[in-house]
Amino acid sequence: MLTIDIRKRLAEFTLDINLSVENNILVLFGPSGCGKTTTLRCIAGLLKPDDGRIVNNDQILFSTEPQTFVPPHRRKVGYMFQEFALFPHMNVKKNIWYGAKQGDPGSELLYKRLLHLLKIEPLSNRSIERLSGGEKQRVALARALMAGPEILLLDEPLSALDGDTRLELQTELKRLQKLWNIPFILVTHDPEEAANLGDKVIFLEKGRQVSRKLPTQRLLKTAGQ
Amino acid sequence: MIEWQPVILSVKVALMSLVLVSISGISLAYFIKRREFPGKAVIEALLTMPLVLPPVVTGFLLLLLIGKQGPIGRLLSETFHTQIIFTPYAAILAGAVVAFPLMYQSAKAALQGVDATLENAARTLGASNWKVFWTVTIPLSWPGLVAGLILSFSRALGEFGATIMVAGNIPGKTQTLPLAIYFAAESNDLTLAGLYVLIISAITFSAILGLNIWDKSRGGHALTKGWF
Repeated sequence: MLTIDIRKRLAEFTLDINLSVENNILVLFGPSGCGKTTTLRCIAGLLKPDDGRIVNNDQILFSTEPQTFVPPHRRKVGYMFQEFALFPHMNVKKNIWYGAKQGDPGSELLYKRLLHLLKIEPLSNRSIERLSGGEKQRVALARALMAGPEILLLDEPLSALDGDTRLELQTELKRLQKLWNIPFILVTHDPEEAANLGDKVIFLEKGRQVSRKLPTQRLLKTAGQ
Repeated sequence: MIEWQPVILSVKVALMSLVLVSISGISLAYFIKRREFPGKAVIEALLTMPLVLPPVVTGFLLLLLIGKQGPIGRLLSETFHTQIIFTPYAAILAGAVVAFPLMYQSAKAALQGVDATLENAARTLGASNWKVFWTVTIPLSWPGLVAGLILSFSRALGEFGATIMVAGNIPGKTQTLPLAIYFAAESNDLTLAGLYVLIISAITFSAILGLNIWDKSRGGHALTKGWF
């Protein structure tokens, strides 16, 4: 279980997050600029909160008392960036292998399994610039999972994709989370995506968690009545 | 008969300067890019000074530092019982100092052009800063770095003012190509001076031409990126 209890002063408000995630999909939902991405960056260690603590299964990743800061590369926190951040100077295979243990037979098996699961076997030797948005997304997912993360953060993973691909990948994300059985924290501003994917949805407004129902849940309820 | 020694010495000096300049220029640019500290603007201006100072002034300042009575000169003679003033090492130092801002500026522009998200992505995949630097930062800033290396090499190769101040003009020992051209012309040996001019022009021209062709083949703007 991952528990997060952090505060960070930002230009317009103070981010104040207190939540815990089991091995399922937690969605952080809110308008742009509400602190969703900042929260992910704090969990990954790319930003330092002002105070609080982040603990993953007894391992303290960040804490102000006593002072601890585990750097990003030792956190085992996978991060899928909004624009996928694939390395343009490496082909698909090299991208996916970047964070893996080289020469480990387990890695070779995992690689084959990921290519198969994400249906990207024919792409392995292709250069990044020749991939479609959906393909980039799959490669970025494979790369993140290949590094053996204990938590996976996904920043607007589907926002760059068109309707059909988006629905297909929603199903795949859910399936992958079940298979890997690690916490996925997904950020989105799309209420439908939040409703479809989230086992639990947290609303953020100006850096604070607010209790509110998803618009779609309300609509669905009204429609059903 | 043409004396090849200044040509060989010049190329050696320029290459050695390039080693100093590439290490110091790239690491300083990397450090400056990543850190914020008080006085950063002043440090940056100082690092670019050798580009705008007359080389003879740079040479004079170097002379004060590495001369027999200078702080570095004294340190060298007291600790290692040696001097670098009026040796080829002083010519290497002079070349490196005048070429440094070209490497530094090119490296800074090239490193700043690397998308920080890609470096962060590498970190979250378990790469240490060292691994990120060598596998992401350097390969992605390579075109700009190569441009900086070629400009620096050409600049070091042609250095005259600072070199003559600290290395002197000892034929066969510290006489580089530009010095040889000057003294050949002064002693009215225009043929020799002309030959040396042809040689140094051919070397620098091929370097810049090679860079342009390579840059064009990549469809990039390595040479001008971040400068204009």
